[in-house]
Amino acid sequence: MPLDAHIPSGPIEQKWQKNKFDLKLVNPANKRKYRIIVVGTGLAGGAAAATLGELGYEVLNFCFQDTPRRAHSIAAQGGINAAKNYQGDGDSVQRLFYDTIKGGDFRAREANVYRLAEVSANIIDQCVAQGVPFAREYGGALSNRSFGGALVSRTFYARGQTGQQLLLGAYQALQRQVAAGTVKQFVRTEMLELIVVEGRARGIVVRDLVTGKISSYVGDAVVLGTGGYGNVFYLSTNAKGSNATAIWRAHRKGAFFANPCYTQIHPTCIPKSGEYQSKLTLMSESLRNDGRVWVPKSAGDKRSPDQIPESDRDYYLERIYPTYGNLAPRDISSRQAKNVCDEGRGVGPGGLGVYLDFRDAFKRLGRKVMDERYGNLFEMYERITGEDPHDVPMRIYPAVHYTMGGLWVDYNLMSNLPGLFVGGEANFSDHGANRLGASALMQGLADGYFVLPATVGDYLARGGFAKIDTSHPAVRDAEREVNERTKQLMSIGGKKSADQLHRELGNVMWTDCGMARTKESLTHALSVIPELREKFYRELRVTGSGAELNQQLEQAGRVADFFELAELLCYDALQRNESCGGHFRVEYQTPDGEAQRNDAEYAYVAAWEFKGVGATPVLNKEPLVFENIHLAQRSYK
Amino acid sequence: MSTSVSPVSAPRATRLGALWNSAVGKKALMAVTGIVLFLFVLVHMIGNLQVFQGAEKINHYAELLRISLPFLWFTRIVLLVAVFVHALAGIELWMERQRARPVGYQDYRPVVSSTASRTMIWSGLLILGFVVYHLLDLTIGVVNPRFEHGQVFANIVASLSRAVGATIYVVAMVGLGFHLWHGLYSMFQSLGLSNRGISPTIQKFAIGFAVLLTLGFSAVPLAVILGFVG
Amino acid sequence: MRITLDIWRQKNPRDPGRFERFEVPNINEHMSFLEMLDVLNQQLVSEGKEPVAFDSDCREGICGMCGFLINGEAHGPLRNATVCQTHMRHFKDGDVLRLEPWRAAAFPVLRDLIVDRSALDRIIASGGYTSTRTGSAAEANQILVSKPYADKAMEAAACIGCGACVASCPNAAAALFTGAKIAHLAHLPQGQPERMARALSMTSQAHAEGFGHCTTIGECEAVCPAGIKLEVISMMNKDVIKATLGGRASEMQTLAALPPSAAMRFFESEPPKKEQ
Repeated sequence: MPLDAHIPSGPIEQKWQKNKFDLKLVNPANKRKYRIIVVGTGLAGGAAAATLGELGYEVLNFCFQDTPRRAHSIAAQGGINAAKNYQGDGDSVQRLFYDTIKGGDFRAREANVYRLAEVSANIIDQCVAQGVPFAREYGGALSNRSFGGALVSRTFYARGQTGQQLLLGAYQALQRQVAAGTVKQFVRTEMLELIVVEGRARGIVVRDLVTGKISSYVGDAVVLGTGGYGNVFYLSTNAKGSNATAIWRAHRKGAFFANPCYTQIHPTCIPKSGEYQSKLTLMSESLRNDGRVWVPKSAGDKRSPDQIPESDRDYYLERIYPTYGNLAPRDISSRQAKNVCDEGRGVGPGGLGVYLDFRDAFKRLGRKVMDERYGNLFEMYERITGEDPHDVPMRIYPAVHYTMGGLWVDYNLMSNLPGLFVGGEANFSDHGANRLGASALMQGLADGYFVLPATVGDYLARGGFAKIDTSHPAVRDAEREVNERTKQLMSIGGKKSADQLHRELGNVMWTDCGMARTKESLTHALSVIPELREKFYRELRVTGSGAELNQQLEQAGRVADFFELAELLCYDALQRNESCGGHFRVEYQTPDGEAQRNDAEYAYVAAWEFKGVGATPVLNKEPLVFENIHLAQRSYK
Repeated sequence: MSTSVSPVSAPRATRLGALWNSAVGKKALMAVTGIVLFLFVLVHMIGNLQVFQGAEKINHYAELLRISLPFLWFTRIVLLVAVFVHALAGIELWMERQRARPVGYQDYRPVVSSTASRTMIWSGLLILGFVVYHLLDLTIGVVNPRFEHGQVFANIVASLSRAVGATIYVVAMVGLGFHLWHGLYSMFQSLGLSNRGISPTIQKFAIGFAVLLTLGFSAVPLAVILGFVG
Repeated sequence: MRITLDIWRQKNPRDPGRFERFEVPNINEHMSFLEMLDVLNQQLVSEGKEPVAFDSDCREGICGMCGFLINGEAHGPLRNATVCQTHMRHFKDGDVLRLEPWRAAAFPVLRDLIVDRSALDRIIASGGYTSTRTGSAAEANQILVSKPYADKAMEAAACIGCGACVASCPNAAAALFTGAKIAHLAHLPQGQPERMARALSMTSQAHAEGFGHCTTIGECEAVCPAGIKLEVISMMNKDVIKATLGGRASEMQTLAALPPSAAMRFFESEPPKKEQ
């Protein structure tokens, strides 16, 4: 199937303006006659629902949590990038564009990324007007900091709770529309199937998580802002409930899944403490601004950190990357942490950790300044580990954090299924093979506030589809599929909870398809995952019934989808015979251990087509053309 | 499950009525009337202490209070209205509170709140009951064993030299102390006048006056029953 | 370590509910409280028994989804923390812990430890925002905010909407929640145009939802995981009084006090069935 990204012609600086003019507009009087279904209430989904409602469309907005304000965007700590150049340190749209393309290891679409950089400034304006309490300087102007992998200070932040504040801004805008009657909010309601009519996405089947009732909603377009699939690894920094069911169901219904193997492993997470661990907690990357990463020079050094003299410490990031030092990009920092731990130099239980030490910063800046900057992070660390970072260095280890892959979308964020739009982490679009710090919030809000409201309108204005209601046979078929699946999950009658079986899947994924992948490990994973999936359908037990609040059933459905997605992820990792960003194939590295891209053969987006459970998916390629940025080996030395 | 809302217009009311209709407004009215009542008890206590200067002094003071009848009734009406508003608002809010949590906790452990703050309704009702008794005892005189109009000192001694009389007074004054302990602090918050900087000072002020008033008021019955006055 | 749990079990909003006792042996002190419940649930599932339903999502104290009382204290014994941030090292071997859901008329119990908090959303919907149209915003640095005010706004905005303030208040008041949003926006220039109407609308909505009133006892502040200060309520009170006496009541927007949600309407409309 040909993949047309519908990138507007013309110079890159003018593409978005040109596109905006080319987009058809809906007659204001007709807007309320169009019903848009928005799934997800995070930065992308919530902002899109609020803005579409504000424009006058009838919006139905869904989330599985008890209120839209719980969406996992809330947990983002560090900040949001914008090319405002308030610091006068040489930032520009062009530079943010360049940094993002380079940071993504040249695997993102130029036009999308340029647009992202372009609208980044509008996002800050919008959020400030909403009352988002960004950090300020004494003069009253907005404050910035430099953040993971950037040489300019372009990150706006609200303490260590930027995601929370941006989300609350979007949530409040959304509630304003709820009060105005343009948005109808459905909470504790989970999308379980996409309804496709004559090749177009027309609605969703949902389960009311309180009553268990299965029902359908149809409309004129469906927008998914349902987040990433990091929980396929079981342990990740995602929320316990974060899941891929919405995008996976859409994928099964024909939407292509792009670049699933691009998974970001975040270098600064609190190490796992035992088998019962239910999630991993991220410590903001901003800590790397003042913390120094080190391990003992010799393997098996069991001395407590304060007993290890300077001469026996290896500040390996500063040693290997003199320019960027402790601020080296996420993928690089993570892999180096794994390397030193593989050498037996890891610290803490199981030797899976490295030190992030603030001793020198405390000496240089004093406790007061440090607590102002990181006080809440220090507290958070102490709460979880029982250790005080004022006295002992933090222990950190990489953990799955963000998934750059997602549903394939064109320049207008529409998937190959007409009428299905995808925003934020759920799509694949802007981060290439690796996402830079403080760029996720930027992308989510760019999609939600500025891109989707314009492009969804264009789709509606072009028309070509008739109104349908829930009596349509496609609706009944989709509902029947959902009911059958529920029945199947309920009737297995094994002994294990979905959580337990999920953990087994996660172990395989982390070992075989984690920070370092090989042909062998991926082949192994591809042989084990189907077995585990069978085991899941043999040994699962879901207690209770489908007609009540049943968290075991919710979880079972999500895990069932992860079992299918895991396989696709491995297929993608196996076909990509190169290393780039969050995808590191051990076979493809430079002599000094860096990722070795293969631009001649792999400068494309891998967009996968679903062919059935267990069947080999079909790969479609969208070539990536770099007209504005010269492809180069990424170097942070 | 879905959440939907539709705006309805607010009921029209006068500004004071609107204040009464809102929980915040009721609390504000309680704070204002509370200030009036606090100032009254403060003056009352200072007046009472003249008992220690002998019969003549306090009897003369009582006469002074009645020198202008319009002033006396003005004061009485202001106090009556204050008591009425304060008590009615308190009772209405308390009833609302019962509706706000129809099913109580099996186990509830207060973390920081004082006993005084959680028993305002009871200390308030105690004081209300006492005021009735007090008026019957020393103003109207029907429950006083030897009431004689104008003979304030003798009336006081007659009432408080009985163990039951003195006990009622002391218990009620402890109740008043509890009520002021929290009330004097809370009224600043209800009027929007407190913040984290000033709050500890307000707390000290409240505790200080609560203790002062309790001791000041209790001194009279204690002195009488112990035989220092009489 | 070994813990005994007395947990509130309730099948649905109509079920009267009761406490049920569970023993959880082999607890690691580094487990979070919710991981301990995961272990219990896994055990229950393998025995074919109904696991305990409880809300949680981010499990790092920011989403506000988790929360119940542990031995009578909202979010448990650890101050300034949610229940998901509480680890077993804060308890002793052999402890008996009672887990009870948030209780308030405005927070009906949906199942076990899960309650419906949509009333809080409606308080926000009644005015907890600035009316800003997407794309109409001025250049961000044209609005200067002095740092002390920005910091105070941030402090109030840190509310995670968990409902512990309501749960711990003897009056089941949502004053800390409502005050936090009112104070957040009142500290900023962007919040000024709608400041008076917002204070009136939000407090009247809270009242309509069936939350009680504030008596300044301070329990909410003590259990608040986000460290919201009692002074936000003072600020709210001041604005409400000013707005009411200033005759601004006509600007107030009150949302119809609907039953908490479609789910609750479902349970209220269906005639109670006899449980088998």
